[in-house]
Amino acid sequence: MKKLILDLILKKNIRLNEQVYLLIFSSEKGLPEILPGQFAQVKINDSPATFLRRPFSVNFVDYENNELWLLIQVVGAGTLKLSETSPGASVNMILPLGNSFSFPDEKKDEKILLIGGGSGIAPLLFFGSWLFDAGFSPEFLIGARSSIHLVEVDEFKKYGNVYITTEDGTEGEKGFVTDHSILKKRNYDRIYSCGPTPMMKAVGAYAENNNIFCEVSLENTMGCGIGACLCCVTDTTQGRVCVCTEGTVFNIEKLKW
Amino acid sequence: MVDLKVDVGKLHLKNPVMTASGTFGYGMEYSDFIDISRIGGIIVKGTTLRKREGNPYPRMKETASGMLNAVGLQNKGVDHFIEHIYPQLTNVDTNIIVNVSGSTIEEYVETAEKLNILEKIPAIELNISCPNVKEGGMLFGTSCTAAKEVVAKVRRAYKNVLIVKLSPNVTNISEIAQAVEEAGADAISLINTVLGMAIDAETRKPCLSTVTGGLSGPAIKPLALRMVWETARAVKIPVIGIGGIMNAADAIEFMLAGASAVQVGTANFIDPTVTIKIIEGIEDYLNRHGYTSVSDIVGALET
Repeated sequence: MKKLILDLILKKNIRLNEQVYLLIFSSEKGLPEILPGQFAQVKINDSPATFLRRPFSVNFVDYENNELWLLIQVVGAGTLKLSETSPGASVNMILPLGNSFSFPDEKKDEKILLIGGGSGIAPLLFFGSWLFDAGFSPEFLIGARSSIHLVEVDEFKKYGNVYITTEDGTEGEKGFVTDHSILKKRNYDRIYSCGPTPMMKAVGAYAENNNIFCEVSLENTMGCGIGACLCCVTDTTQGRVCVCTEGTVFNIEKLKW
Repeated sequence: MVDLKVDVGKLHLKNPVMTASGTFGYGMEYSDFIDISRIGGIIVKGTTLRKREGNPYPRMKETASGMLNAVGLQNKGVDHFIEHIYPQLTNVDTNIIVNVSGSTIEEYVETAEKLNILEKIPAIELNISCPNVKEGGMLFGTSCTAAKEVVAKVRRAYKNVLIVKLSPNVTNISEIAQAVEEAGADAISLINTVLGMAIDAETRKPCLSTVTGGLSGPAIKPLALRMVWETARAVKIPVIGIGGIMNAADAIEFMLAGASAVQVGTANFIDPTVTIKIIEGIEDYLNRHGYTSVSDIVGALET
């Protein structure tokens, strides 16, 4: 897929909670083909405190309405600046980057679970919508520290059942995603996950123990996002590779973590 | 119509803008964005005799106006380059230059010998300035004796254009530059990254797995400019300026300080098209100031 450098216009900036913003962009030139799991390298406007671009998984693409969604969790100077972007502003992005989640075979009765934590839920909404549109019945397991940290739950519900865990028990089952009772009740054929590394490791261990196909999307710190700087590496069975080009999606069998 | 062509010794460049090693992959990584053959020269990723995995993650930290890296020369080795990458580069219509590193003099020599026979590689850049490897690298570039020895031995083995990339982590850059010139280098490029460090106060841990790393980006430009100016006055061979070049004005400043050509590095990460913008910006500058050739501004600093 050809990588493009595009100036997108911010249509809406919606604050979802204290730290998380949904930025909805449109493109005058139209949106390129983007696959679930791919990301964009976003330039931060007028930000002397930052230097490099910031990578974000594509949260959702709506070609009919010319919309590209990015979910921004404020964690530092770059994300803070981006969260302050006003509608109408032009934001430069390089996209689409990285590989994508691998699609299930035509067996539509496969039981698929998408497990997300924190802002790691971002690519799972886009992927869930693809699976739903393709005739699959994905389910979602979303983990958060507390109910106030849960975002986009209603969006996920459009595409399948949503199960929730919170660490303080304020919504759904109390505990971590891997504690949820659904994992004991249902035998999933495929699990896809994105979120904090300890969560993905726990999900990966569960999948491995139960012999379930599992892919995770890593979010290592990146320099370029296009495989030139070799900064975002992770160790795999094929050696040390760039997450931005060989990933961000990896089958857990390949990862040495 | 201004003439952008420059010569760095026997190396002919269609314009003075090259890409710095380790910031442009093998060129192909950027071919979706620009016609890479428009660049004066592409200096590919640091290559060693044997495969290297580099340092463990994390090996990059953004800092004020720049970034620290501790990649540590990850590459698949010179034989892999010759067999798998070189054939893909032979139809790129510009200079492909290989950056060569080693832990011992023998490794530098052997790697250079293997590259000597490649028809489409007109030059190598000897990296005696990598701050991110335990053995070799910068150690060769911070002592006049060691620098002279490694350059002289590679010179005997390598017949094409030999560029030597210097480290800024020295007290007297002129001395090292003169030692390298005496040993037979055709050109000098500088600066490599500046040894630096970043700490996460919350966790009380270093930000890089190696604790220290190499600083690049606009943060180091004034330092680089000063060292290029000193070096250009100390040696007769051409100098290639590197260090925090983000735009055409930066590139022109290096040329005024005495650089015959420049290398653009970290800026490629932020704007993959920056090299083309810099080439066009230099052309515009020459037109505006009534110069007919880019070589007219080399060392044209008025003091």
